[in-house]
Amino acid sequence: MVDSSESGMEGLKANLRKESRRLKLNFDELKSGGFIKQTQKDLFTVRLRCPGGSVTSERLRKASEIAEKYGRGEVHLTVRQSVEIPYVSYVHFDAVAEELRAVNWSVASCGARVRVPTACAGCSYNPNGLVDTQGLCAEVDRRYFGTPTGHHKFKISFSGCPIDCFRTRDMDLGFQGVVEPALAEDLCNGCTLCVKACEDKSLRMVDDLPVRDKNRCVGCGDCVKVCPVDAMKVARRGWLARVGGRHGKHPLFAYEIANYLTDDQVYALIEATLGWYQKHGEGRERIGAAIVRVGLEKYVDDVVRPLGLETVETAAERRKYWSGGNLYGQG
Amino acid sequence: MDRASGRDVLDLRGVLCPTNFVHIKLKLEDMAAGDTLEVLIDDGEPMRNVPKSLKQEGHRILTVRPEGEHFRLLIEAGNVSG
Repeated sequence: MVDSSESGMEGLKANLRKESRRLKLNFDELKSGGFIKQTQKDLFTVRLRCPGGSVTSERLRKASEIAEKYGRGEVHLTVRQSVEIPYVSYVHFDAVAEELRAVNWSVASCGARVRVPTACAGCSYNPNGLVDTQGLCAEVDRRYFGTPTGHHKFKISFSGCPIDCFRTRDMDLGFQGVVEPALAEDLCNGCTLCVKACEDKSLRMVDDLPVRDKNRCVGCGDCVKVCPVDAMKVARRGWLARVGGRHGKHPLFAYEIANYLTDDQVYALIEATLGWYQKHGEGRERIGAAIVRVGLEKYVDDVVRPLGLETVETAAERRKYWSGGNLYGQG
Repeated sequence: MDRASGRDVLDLRGVLCPTNFVHIKLKLEDMAAGDTLEVLIDDGEPMRNVPKSLKQEGHRILTVRPEGEHFRLLIEAGNVSG
């Protein structure tokens, strides 16, 4: 049976090539993504580049103008924090790109590339936030946006705390803020508020002082935030790194691989991981599938150890970060 | 008025988050910095949330006393003007 959508797509591509000569379309720019074919003939959705979901009011006005001029006066807010303008004809691609350039903006990435990273508000105004998710997200977008992987898409996300609203477990690489608390015993008045604040029951009172079980503590920092005499302090602050997650038809749950990364170590891990994926990935598999195929230990040995990161090694160390549920037929 | 301590006591047992916190916050804002207020809040969610929120607003918890299913907190009003 002939796949009519395939031949329809070929026809469209040929038509686009012809049109592009007339319109002087930059096909490399087009292929790097941002224009997504719709069900309707000749119509595309324009995906805009919104790292961390932060969009200035000036850019929002521009998106609104473009939607009214070239679309149907509506936008779609995507699950990955992008603003998309649906119902744009390919004949207007140049005009749309020109309009976006006027506010120093561009379309997002599609295909087998590093996608626009997502992030929560982080410590900038969220009381739970432990780290500057927006700052690191913007810099990661600036450095790695659109990098070809040679295999499949590559998604990165940043969560400011272990509540993990930005689902770092579902990402090819995810970074989540963590703090390591430490008690200044001479300041502690034994009030027990930290024990009450800890949802993971990692603190208990021993001789009127809170003692922490690091096999339970996930680094949320609630004990530090509640301490009325500032006896519970932040000993370290950084990023917990997860690799190999994805959603889609066959979801994978990411592995925690290293803890307390600095911003520079985050960049180093992204670069080394992309290099490893380009080299060891097969066909259109995501990096999670490649890791499952060759073994997590090989990825850790190849990528994480050479960077000198504080590795998360065992299943026992990972167990505290989740609480079971559907393991897809494993129990 | 609480007979034992002779202080005003805000009894917020059975009051849910964040309403319990708002009651305390409004009361503290009417007080001078350094004045103290006693409150009763439930164990569980209120004890996890309210003390953290009070610290964020610049107030200070001086003592914490468990009393059965609830807790008695002594709070010192911070300087929150402006």
